Amino acid sequence: MTALDLVILALVALLITGALAAMLLRNLLGAAVATALVSLGVSVFFVILRAPDVALTEAAVGAGLSGLLLALAARRLGLWRIEVQQSEEERQC
Amino acid sequence: MLTRYGSLLFATGFAFLLFSLFIALPMGEPPTLAGQAILNEAANSVGAANIVTSVVLAYRGIDTLGELSILFAAATAVGLVLGGQARAPRPSKEDGAGGFILQTGVDLLFPLLLVVGFYIILHGHLTPGGGFQGGVVLAAALVLPVLARPEESPSPAALAWVEGLAGAAFIATGLAALAYDHAFLTPLLGAGQLGDLFSAGTLPLLYLAVGLKVGAELAKLLLRLAEEGPAA
Repeated sequence: MTALDLVILALVALLITGALAAMLLRNLLGAAVATALVSLGVSVFFVILRAPDVALTEAAVGAGLSGLLLALAARRLGLWRIEVQQSEEERQC
Repeated sequence: MLTRYGSLLFATGFAFLLFSLFIALPMGEPPTLAGQAILNEAANSVGAANIVTSVVLAYRGIDTLGELSILFAAATAVGLVLGGQARAPRPSKEDGAGGFILQTGVDLLFPLLLVVGFYIILHGHLTPGGGFQGGVVLAAALVLPVLARPEESPSPAALAWVEGLAGAAFIATGLAALAYDHAFLTPLLGAGQLGDLFSAGTLPLLYLAVGLKVGAELAKLLLRLAEEGPAA
């Protein structure tokens, strides 16, 4: 078993864990982060398969923007809030 | 209940599709001969060191225009769903401004992300990457202020102008080839020296247009999405 095999095994474990977390987490923000994690792992796979262009796209779009998009959409729907306001109020109390 | 059966049906069909592909496709043998021909020809005829870019912009330029149109249609649809003009007043300074660490981090990251985005776009014909990837990085840079300082976020009107002009520049570059009796989107200006920054003819210009359009479009979309809180 070469080092590359070990890396691939670890990546597969990471991907499956991330996908399961995205499905099972009740916290929507956490689920969005989990999908971004899956995309990051997939982009490493693309590097291993020598497709750096696709890897760059996957990292930028999948791990970067789509996670942000999911989180913002969830916030827009009122499913979670940015808790800055609240913590500042608490600080003043 | 019906949706559950529907998704089961979809999963079965998808598995069958993948299975038959797996059975029928000879692994490791490309089904067409175009790939090898492009690998042999592209570096000399187009002049882009990155073969992917010469396929995306020179051999399949109209495809890229189609991708831009799809992205435009999707962004327009999101704008439609989110509704009307920006009704909400621009957020004030107290409204959800980030803490000290977030603000300092954004101040450090913003110029870095801009440089990386433009680097990826302008070296699209030399190294992996290009207009789409760099454009997404630019969009991320433009959205950062929303997190830290909502009152300093870029104005949607300016982004719309950048997006429109960049899209028009892409099509104008394609039309310019028609004026010289070539097909639409044929690279002009000669191939140049392979590996130089100024090589591959009009491909870097096309990628610059693509990058600006994608960056402005996605930044606008994310700004719209972030602009109002929950409807409640």
